[in-house]
Amino acid sequence: MAAGRNIGEPVLIAEDVSLSFGGVRALQNVSFDVRQHEIRAIIGPNGAGKSSMLNVINGVYHPQVGTVTFKGRTRKHVHPHEAAEQGIARTFQNIALFRGMSVLDNIMTGRNLKMRTNFLQQAVWLGPARREELEHRRRVEEVIDFLEIQHIRKTPVGRLPYGLQKRVELGRALAAEPEMLLLDEPMAGMNTEEKQDMCRFILDVNDQFGTTIVLIEHDMGVVMDLSDRVLVLDYGRKIADGTPDEVRGNRQVIDAYLGVAH
Amino acid sequence: MFYREAGQFRTTYAADQQIFPIRQDRIAVVAVLLVAFVGVPLVGNEYWLKAILIPFLIFSLAALGLNILTGYAGQLSLGTAAFMAVGAFAAYNFQLRVGGMPILVSFALSGLCAALVGIVFGLPSLRIKGFYLAVATLACQFFVVWALNKFPWFSNNSSSGVISAQAIRILGYDFGAPHRILGVSVAPEVSTYLLVLVIVSLLALAAKNMVRSSAGRAWMAVRDMDVAAAVIGIPIMRTKLLAFAVSSFYCGVAGALYAFAYLGTVEPEAFTLDLSFRILFMIIIGGVGSILGSFLGAGFIVLFPIFLNTYAEPFARLLRIELPPGMVSNLELVIFGGLIVFFLAVEPLGLARLWQITKEKLRLWPFPH
Amino acid sequence: MQFFFEVLIGGLLAGVMYSLVALGFVLIYKASGVFNFAQGSMVFFAALTTVGLVESGMPLLAAAGITLVAMIALAVLIERFVLRPLVNQPQITLFMATIGLAFFIEGLAQGAWGANVRGLDIGIEDAPIEWISDSTGMAISKFDLAAAGICAVLVSTLALFFSKTRIGRALRAVADDHQGALAVGIPLRQIWVIVWGVAGFVALVSGLLWGARNGVQFALTFVALKALPVLILGGFESVAGAIVGGLIIGASEKLAEIYIPPVIHGWFGVTVNGLEAWFPYVLALLFLLVRPEGLFGEKHIDRV
Repeated sequence: MAAGRNIGEPVLIAEDVSLSFGGVRALQNVSFDVRQHEIRAIIGPNGAGKSSMLNVINGVYHPQVGTVTFKGRTRKHVHPHEAAEQGIARTFQNIALFRGMSVLDNIMTGRNLKMRTNFLQQAVWLGPARREELEHRRRVEEVIDFLEIQHIRKTPVGRLPYGLQKRVELGRALAAEPEMLLLDEPMAGMNTEEKQDMCRFILDVNDQFGTTIVLIEHDMGVVMDLSDRVLVLDYGRKIADGTPDEVRGNRQVIDAYLGVAH
Repeated sequence: MFYREAGQFRTTYAADQQIFPIRQDRIAVVAVLLVAFVGVPLVGNEYWLKAILIPFLIFSLAALGLNILTGYAGQLSLGTAAFMAVGAFAAYNFQLRVGGMPILVSFALSGLCAALVGIVFGLPSLRIKGFYLAVATLACQFFVVWALNKFPWFSNNSSSGVISAQAIRILGYDFGAPHRILGVSVAPEVSTYLLVLVIVSLLALAAKNMVRSSAGRAWMAVRDMDVAAAVIGIPIMRTKLLAFAVSSFYCGVAGALYAFAYLGTVEPEAFTLDLSFRILFMIIIGGVGSILGSFLGAGFIVLFPIFLNTYAEPFARLLRIELPPGMVSNLELVIFGGLIVFFLAVEPLGLARLWQITKEKLRLWPFPH
Repeated sequence: MQFFFEVLIGGLLAGVMYSLVALGFVLIYKASGVFNFAQGSMVFFAALTTVGLVESGMPLLAAAGITLVAMIALAVLIERFVLRPLVNQPQITLFMATIGLAFFIEGLAQGAWGANVRGLDIGIEDAPIEWISDSTGMAISKFDLAAAGICAVLVSTLALFFSKTRIGRALRAVADDHQGALAVGIPLRQIWVIVWGVAGFVALVSGLLWGARNGVQFALTFVALKALPVLILGGFESVAGAIVGGLIIGASEKLAEIYIPPVIHGWFGVTVNGLEAWFPYVLALLFLLVRPEGLFGEKHIDRV
């Protein structure tokens, strides 16, 4: 657990969120909050609705009931584009990188919202477009340095091993300089070393940039070490919410994971 | 051993951003440009200029347009010829109805008209994807050509429906007539060739610039995974419509040049579905998502029928087979069709990728690895 | 009013012909997930081969039989040289490959048999049915009715085939999930040959009917393009949809041809014709905006 940070007021509040697809109830009356600068984990068995919750937060899914308040603005339906503009960035469970582009270009797309020149200026290139491109290239290179992926910056992402692709995806999210970062199983499929690297990056991001982080993770060791507070979902419902230690000892959580009938 | 980057260090991001970061590439490009701008006009004969180089440049421009829409932005379009037709007819009408309109302005405006039509027929792409979109573009192709045919206003109420394109005149210089400049005789096709070359080069440079900036990245993001693109804040609607607009602009200018600098006439029959397919083949064979690929594909599609026409007969005679008349055009269809399947299966990124692989091998030459 | 019905019924019957071609598309899409742009060329190839054989002295049935064998051979070649190399590619790539295939088959057909227009007589005349024209004054062709009948038989047979037989079920499994079908032991390659062979048979029937009606000529390949709006209306995966879609397109096309030009004349003072060149596509386009998956198609939900 990282100490010495100022965990602030709630920056994200989900109230009574319910989401269904046809007959399938993905989320039922889930309410929780996320405080500024904290690292919040969402855990639960498979199919508990964790990814759906992230999707609701950044507007990919629209809940039938309930609201999400981010930085004081309460919205029922948010478009993903708007969520990005408000400062939310995310990574996906099944890597959502742009396969036709190189690592550098993928991370540069993360800067898209900050680019101001239009296509005509870019067609001419000399002048504002070139300056802006170089300026953003500089910032992206900082992200690349931070994530230690300099050696693959020109490689098309489709050719990279899984672990590196996940790192590039994190880079693309970081390039947007988000206020809140949603990470969907950032360590899935990684070996111990890669996991340690990823943990280090996540802690550094939270520490150096103060980014609020919400992450879904299955590795309990990681969750306990990294997070300030943990939310536990099961079958779309919230069954526990508190510090890692509180959650670890919670009877319901243990039952959910061990599969006791309830 | 010649194509080596050893010793070429790029110490600034600006140097890395160049279109041709490797010195040997820069030398090669300068050589090509010299040949194109100086060598060809000096040496080229009428046939090569009129029947090969000018159409090659015009089709390259149309292929560039389609590549931006289909190759970079991932929106499959079968309506390329319709946008070219809009450009051709718009240029004709601007020249006809606006007194004293400079022809370059007509060309630019015709591109804008095509861009507007492109945006209208691109609107469905916000709801429809993949080959559903291809069918929507077919609607554009058939409707536009029908409208240009049936509404006599477009062809100035001409009874035959075939109208001559006006002469190209810039600042008094008539591109359709021979001239003497500094004691050198300049044939009309040389003047026309240089004009088309300048226009196509500038537009190709603009395309390359757009494609390596945030506009191009936004297109590719929408192509590769539009949900993720939306999540990182790329405006999907604006990106798709921009692709349609820019692409149609390029096709419109290509269409205007096609009518004014090549065919000499402005007729709807020149812009059929068959032409749309040919341009699609150009980008499949040349390389989707590649500026160079547009040129390579156009070159191939322009040169191959000529090659076939010239060598099919002698080759058949060599094998003592008799070729029935019209067989060569069928052979063309068979070989093109086969090549499309071949390229899609073996090298979906086309000739451009094969060229890239060649360059990578050249970097190692004469060593095998 | 009577004129309206005459146009309507004529359109519906023409629509039946579109449905036939669309059927071939649906078969292949249902079983291999490929949108076969070459279906029209296959129709053309089948018609041309039959006519070519008939002209060289063979009786119609024998010619049709040999053509069927040729279509099956074509199916085998397509599976080997087009489908297998492209097995895991995205749909768009396969679609473009079938465009290439279409050109290939057209060149082959014309190269083998020449490019002249030929007539084809399959024994049914294109004359009005006497008792209908005597009683109602409407001219409805025997030929069209016969075509509708043949189509109905074909469609019911195929529908039964898909739902009741083992192979039919296997085809549906393959359409849903190639990997899954392989995992339960369904022989993918054989299935594809069967499907493309059946589609070839449908192409043959369509080719004979269309060829008898309009003459066997290159324009037949454009019929395939008309099948696209049919499929958009009906959904790519539904046999019933192909029928309904064909009927709607056929009827609306003919009605548009009659009733829209006067309106245009009123607005613009211009006399136009030939609306069937674009009307079905615009109709399909408008339809797509409202219901992208067609009347009978299934909605796709993407998991993120």
